[in-house]
Amino acid sequence: MIEQLLSHYNYWVVIILMMVGFYIVVAQGNLVKKVVGLNIFQTSVFIFYISVGKVEGGTAPILVEGVDVYSNPLPHVLILTAIVVGIATTALALALVIRIKEAYGSVEESELQIRDQQC
Amino acid sequence: MLLFLLIVTAFAIAYTKDLFAVVMLAGIYGLLSASFFVALDAVDVAFTEAAVGAGISPLLMLATLGLTGRFQTQTKSRFYLLGFALVVLVGALLMIGTADMPAFGSVDAPAQQHVAPRYIEKSYEEIAIPNVVTSVLASYRGFDTLGEVAVIFTAGLGVLSLLSISRKEEEKEGGVASMYEHTILRIVSKILIPAMLIFALYVQFHGEYGPGGGFQAGVIFAAAIILYSILFGLDVAKRVVNESVLQILAALGLLLYGSVGVVTMLSGKNFLDYNALAEDPGTGQHIGIIVIELGVGITVAAVMILIFFAFSRRMDREGGA
Amino acid sequence: MLAHLPILQVILPFLAAPICLILRKPKLAWLFALIVSAAALAVSGLLLQQVYAGGVISYELGGWAPPWGIEYRIDLLNAYVLLVVSSLATIVLLGAHTSVQKEIEAHKQTWFYSLYLLCFAGLLGIVATGDAFNVFVFLEISSLSTYALIALGRDRRALWAAYQYLIMGTIGATFILIGIGFLYMMTGTLNMNDLAMRIDAVESTTTVLAAFGFIVVGTSLKLALFPLHLWLPNAYTYAPSMVTAFIAATATKVAVYVLIRFLFTIFGESYSFGRHPLAEILIPLAIIGLLSASTVSISQPLIKRMLAYSSVAQIGYIVLGIGMGSALGLTASLLHVFNHAMMKGGLFLALAAVTYRMGGSEIGHMRGLARTMPLTFWAFVLGGLSLIGVPLTVGFVSKWYLILAAIELGWWPIVIVVLVGSLLAVLYVGRVVETGWFGEPEKPGRNEAPPSLLIPLWILIAANFYFGIDTRLTIGVAENAAAWLMGGGSGL
Repeated sequence: MIEQLLSHYNYWVVIILMMVGFYIVVAQGNLVKKVVGLNIFQTSVFIFYISVGKVEGGTAPILVEGVDVYSNPLPHVLILTAIVVGIATTALALALVIRIKEAYGSVEESELQIRDQQC
Repeated sequence: MLLFLLIVTAFAIAYTKDLFAVVMLAGIYGLLSASFFVALDAVDVAFTEAAVGAGISPLLMLATLGLTGRFQTQTKSRFYLLGFALVVLVGALLMIGTADMPAFGSVDAPAQQHVAPRYIEKSYEEIAIPNVVTSVLASYRGFDTLGEVAVIFTAGLGVLSLLSISRKEEEKEGGVASMYEHTILRIVSKILIPAMLIFALYVQFHGEYGPGGGFQAGVIFAAAIILYSILFGLDVAKRVVNESVLQILAALGLLLYGSVGVVTMLSGKNFLDYNALAEDPGTGQHIGIIVIELGVGITVAAVMILIFFAFSRRMDREGGA
Repeated sequence: MLAHLPILQVILPFLAAPICLILRKPKLAWLFALIVSAAALAVSGLLLQQVYAGGVISYELGGWAPPWGIEYRIDLLNAYVLLVVSSLATIVLLGAHTSVQKEIEAHKQTWFYSLYLLCFAGLLGIVATGDAFNVFVFLEISSLSTYALIALGRDRRALWAAYQYLIMGTIGATFILIGIGFLYMMTGTLNMNDLAMRIDAVESTTTVLAAFGFIVVGTSLKLALFPLHLWLPNAYTYAPSMVTAFIAATATKVAVYVLIRFLFTIFGESYSFGRHPLAEILIPLAIIGLLSASTVSISQPLIKRMLAYSSVAQIGYIVLGIGMGSALGLTASLLHVFNHAMMKGGLFLALAAVTYRMGGSEIGHMRGLARTMPLTFWAFVLGGLSLIGVPLTVGFVSKWYLILAAIELGWWPIVIVVLVGSLLAVLYVGRVVETGWFGEPEKPGRNEAPPSLLIPLWILIAANFYFGIDTRLTIGVAENAAAWLMGGGSGL
């Protein structure tokens, strides 16, 4: 059990981060904060991928004479793409929040729901 | 240690009600994860995460807060309990998944065995550049990267369609306050901005040897322009970089990338097969990668500037009203 | 050029999107987008023909052999879905100019076409690719453009709907990303075909189980399976008419495709249904969703919202077929993917026409429609008949197959559920028809929709009957694809 914990500690941390991020998204009512939560959730997935690619004793995958062990470049590539997707989503979400504030006068989930029922 | 700090930051974000502090913490979170990526040998990823997680993303969030208010009024959503149950469920599934995972860092894990070794062993022979991440990104999985540029382009269009105002309205708006009075800032930035632009060019073309590439360069280039517009005012900045030109540039960057694929197709090879670009495969790959990275850089820089302009115009309007 | 068909399919609308932006003039952008989608439609027709003639087509992007490079892999299943998506996208686009002119601000219209093409290209990319991570990238292209398109709606609630969809959609996509990461961790590959082969060795690990869970939940969010459908009704209701018609006909269908691809090709039928109680989870959810959403539909004052709930119900039918885990059930699902696209595309186009003339699509706007807009009214009636599942329509064909599949398994209660679902559809469609027929119009006199909206509308309505009578193409493809997915058959 302890051995399992030690050899997987990265993954356990990632799980905690994912849960916190996911919690902020589903349980917080402020629209900006939800976006922050979404960011944490996504970043924790990035950390997971990069952890998968780490090779013990390896170095960054830039080929140099005299080095034999490199970390796995493939997860790095995937996550580069995913980070870009993440910021694209964030930008669009925040633009929506700004418009929502202008249209409703609030960025709290509960107030939006009340205001929608009125009309 | 870094991981511990990450957890602390995440919890702090969850429990802080001052959104300004939340955004600052989110920036710290981005920086921490970037340093963690360095520790895991992912230098390219770290570079990008630092630029995005501690740069653009907090910047946009701050701009949003300027419009939506600093404090959240209520912490719990209607679905608080349901949400908590969902979180526990997801966590449980993740923990189940962890049980059979190969140990962290192990050399003989399946992820290190099947596809990846070829990139490390053969990429120098096939693509002739030392940065394996760039080889995979721009060539082996170049199509993903084309998709990534399209995602950025889509986001740019989306933000524009949400935040733009029609020409008529725009003309009504007057001048905008700037930090022009700060002489020191102005002089420092006059030195800093050209340096940033040169650095952006360096990152753009150095991606084959060290960490960097089109995306990072585009972000740095955009950062220089954004700095300029913060200091000298949006109006001045817009006179230097015209918005409709930016839109066309954003489109052209994506088209440049795509046209490499079309050219390779017309010369009888598959889409994005850079070997079609020259007799010698090494040279062909080289040309292909330089051109597509340029496409990435142009679109990223143009879209980032457009997004920033769109956000700050809304802020100005709010300020004036 | 024939060898390049798989990539042309996606790259045509993909590269047309930035060109649209450069064209600037909305009318020009529309015309260009229409020509390009028609070309994409032609490509998808040729692809289906090629797959029929020569079997699975593999196209190596960048010239790198899979699993090192990204592969496009077209078999009967995705050739069929590509055809569905590109035909619906083209037909909807045909009427878009008229409706967009009225519903979207002038300076945003060019962006609309650009985003539309991006969404179209994203959906095609998801379907054509043979690489699991590439699915995620194109999923995000289509999703981001969809959020932006929904937010173009005139009502402020469109913004709130787009935000909610963005949050739920991103959670779904991130779940899929987690699942793909777990699979990569255990197999070392991202290529779907390669995954399918290598997954057997690690089948019993909990990591693959977790990957399975995340991917099923993530795609269920995207395809709006009950109870993960909460984003859908508002998104469909407040989006611009043409956006609703387009995404209702295509986006959820593509999510269904992704689910089928993962369940049957990658994990394999024996893993998905033999090892796990997937059927026991999917079928009850499908039934509850089907019945509750149909019931909710009946009392909706907004007709768009009524049809949106009906879409949730139709997803129930599709998932029901998948959940049966049999070739016949899968055939029914695949048939309904095409058939539902045609009926909902048609019905939402009819509402677009009503909105164009009457300024909205509430039940009040339908009053006396039989006299003011007879052609639109009758199109709605015929599309409604297809939704109910009256013989001679496509709706009948897919429900018939679903009932056959249930009987084959001896699941009589399912037969009753399908029949009750149809009865509920009679009620909600009937209410609109009744108002249109007996109601007094606000302004009497004919006020028919312009031909540019009627033509695409009637093309789809005619298709509902054509494919309801001549079922060779649809049933032939669906049966063969289902047999191939179940491990038998040649895929032809």
